[in-house]
Amino acid sequence: MAMRIRARMKGDITAVTAIIAHPMETGLRKGSDGKLIPAHYIQELTVDVAGQRVVDSRLNTAVSTNPVLNFKLKGAKVGDKVVVNWVDNLGEKGTGEAAVTG
Amino acid sequence: MKYRLLAAATAIGLGLAVTARAEDTAAEIQQYRQMLTDGNPAELFEMEGEAMWATKRGPKHATLEKCDLGLGPGVVKGAYAQMPRYFADTKRVEDLESRLLTCMVDLQGFDRAQLSKKPFATAGHKSDIEALVAYVVGQSRGVPMHVTLNRPEEKAAFEYGRELFRYRAGPYDFACATCHAENGRRIRMQDLPNLTTTIGAQRAYTTWPAYRVSKSLFRTFEWRINDCFRQQRFPEPGYTSDAAIALTTYLAVLATGAPYQGPGIKR
Repeated sequence: MAMRIRARMKGDITAVTAIIAHPMETGLRKGSDGKLIPAHYIQELTVDVAGQRVVDSRLNTAVSTNPVLNFKLKGAKVGDKVVVNWVDNLGEKGTGEAAVTG
Repeated sequence: MKYRLLAAATAIGLGLAVTARAEDTAAEIQQYRQMLTDGNPAELFEMEGEAMWATKRGPKHATLEKCDLGLGPGVVKGAYAQMPRYFADTKRVEDLESRLLTCMVDLQGFDRAQLSKKPFATAGHKSDIEALVAYVVGQSRGVPMHVTLNRPEEKAAFEYGRELFRYRAGPYDFACATCHAENGRRIRMQDLPNLTTTIGAQRAYTTWPAYRVSKSLFRTFEWRINDCFRQQRFPEPGYTSDAAIALTTYLAVLATGAPYQGPGIKR
């Protein structure tokens, strides 16, 4: 249930959508047992296209569970590898990749 | 993400502040819905379900790859669009979830009562059946809904569903028709589709099952019926009971012809 990445090229603009499976717990919610659910959220999210870093972001607790990242870029080619990497506050990591389609 | 949240809040805020006209609010709701479609976490459930389908599970340690959803054993593509339907082996009209239970029992050796006890996920517990539903419905993307009433059992289910739709009960004396048989109705911020019209039924039936953003959970059609009954303060319907399947059959037939877009996304 890791990640779904779509990178579609139309003209010279590539629209990238990444849907990432992650609980994104703020640490402020209480479970059904009344105890606080520990914070567990992505802190660092990067995207590389054809080996070049295009997104370098710091996320925080305002982002929902199963975050969806949408962005557009110029300069990609069909077949270029889009690689998404994340690191969360517990040190867990995730990665996914897809090729640009056109 | 944060900006999306801001924009959504502004959109809804504008809708309420400017004027209370029905069209403005409807337009704002539509705009919010449009924003949600930019990436549907339901796809994560589809991926999970696809893997689960081919995984050996249960006491019989078998996969679901021989499950017959009506188009032959193992044929998943397009299967959802022709359900609910009669199945000769169970002598019953079954919806997708009932059929998945049947396959999980027959092929994998699970206990049906056990699976039906807590079929819907909560924040604390996951649901396998929801992932399987997401996968199977996703395989009917673009296929027009075409539930046919060839067998007497299928005709009976449709008639039963039609009657149930108008059956008033519970402490509010509500029927499905109370909220869903008029145009232009809304409860707070939710548009109420008129399910007695083709366009209303099509819109409603092809946007479920769906990812519920506010809960970060995937919701199936049996869940939708369960929650409608809860909102009407009806007794809880049995999971994959005749009543739930009949209502599903009724709506599916009214929605005939509409191409299924895949799992939807809701507030």
